[in-house]
Amino acid sequence: MGIISTDRDLEALSFTLVAEFDAAVGRVWQIWEDPRQLERWWGPPTWPATFEKHDFRQGGSASYYMTGPEGEVSRGWWKFTAVEAPSRLEFDDGFADESGAPVDAMGETHAVVTLQEVEAGRTRMTVTSSFESADQLQQMLEMGMEEGMKQAMGQIDGILAERASV
Amino acid sequence: MVVDQLSDSEVDLLFHALADSTRRSIVVRAIGEEHSVSALAAHYAMSFAAVQKHVAVLERAALVTKEKRGREQIVRANPEAIRRARQLLDEYEKIWRQRVDRIADILAED
Repeated sequence: MGIISTDRDLEALSFTLVAEFDAAVGRVWQIWEDPRQLERWWGPPTWPATFEKHDFRQGGSASYYMTGPEGEVSRGWWKFTAVEAPSRLEFDDGFADESGAPVDAMGETHAVVTLQEVEAGRTRMTVTSSFESADQLQQMLEMGMEEGMKQAMGQIDGILAERASV
Repeated sequence: MVVDQLSDSEVDLLFHALADSTRRSIVVRAIGEEHSVSALAAHYAMSFAAVQKHVAVLERAALVTKEKRGREQIVRANPEAIRRARQLLDEYEKIWRQRVDRIADILAED
């Protein structure tokens, strides 16, 4: 279980990840379909995501925010361009302002997710993210790097807090 | 942060420079070993001028350095710039690796 491969295409400015999970296709689909499950993994523990809207159908949209350790809020939106349960999902992903309106200047990422049964009870998930420009990738990464560093700290905090409460 | 050290225009130059297979090939050849532009040109089915143009694009993106030595122009790869380009996508990969771990944890609860 876990990551099978990753591929970075500098030419197409895209990133492809292939992972396998010990669960049926329908079960893995739920981690995208159910906003309560989605928000448990989309953001790191220190920047948890909250999906306020998750209209999971073609043409529908989602809006969410991520809350940082200092209480700072970063908003995003998705627009679902294909929802073919339980095997294919496509959406555009971008930043939003405080009112939830898309910030066009920051660009969009287009994501294609496919789920495929490898054998009974085992699912292969392929995610391809395509970026509009290097600028946009850089902006996303600046956020991601910050999250990554803070995540490690947050996990340590979490362990310490658990110990303290025992 | 590494990314902060690159301005937006530098990043654009970098991606543009690497978005061509001949230029990627030139960079690979120039890693660890210096080549003259004419020696590089011998490897490709294109004119000396065309190869020289590719080298100029790479030079603007700081992926290679060019130095005049007598009549020759010597090309060397700049490993630091190449490392930076990779790091951009490496960092994005990290975000997804962490997401996959969290998905696996959720599925393991079933």
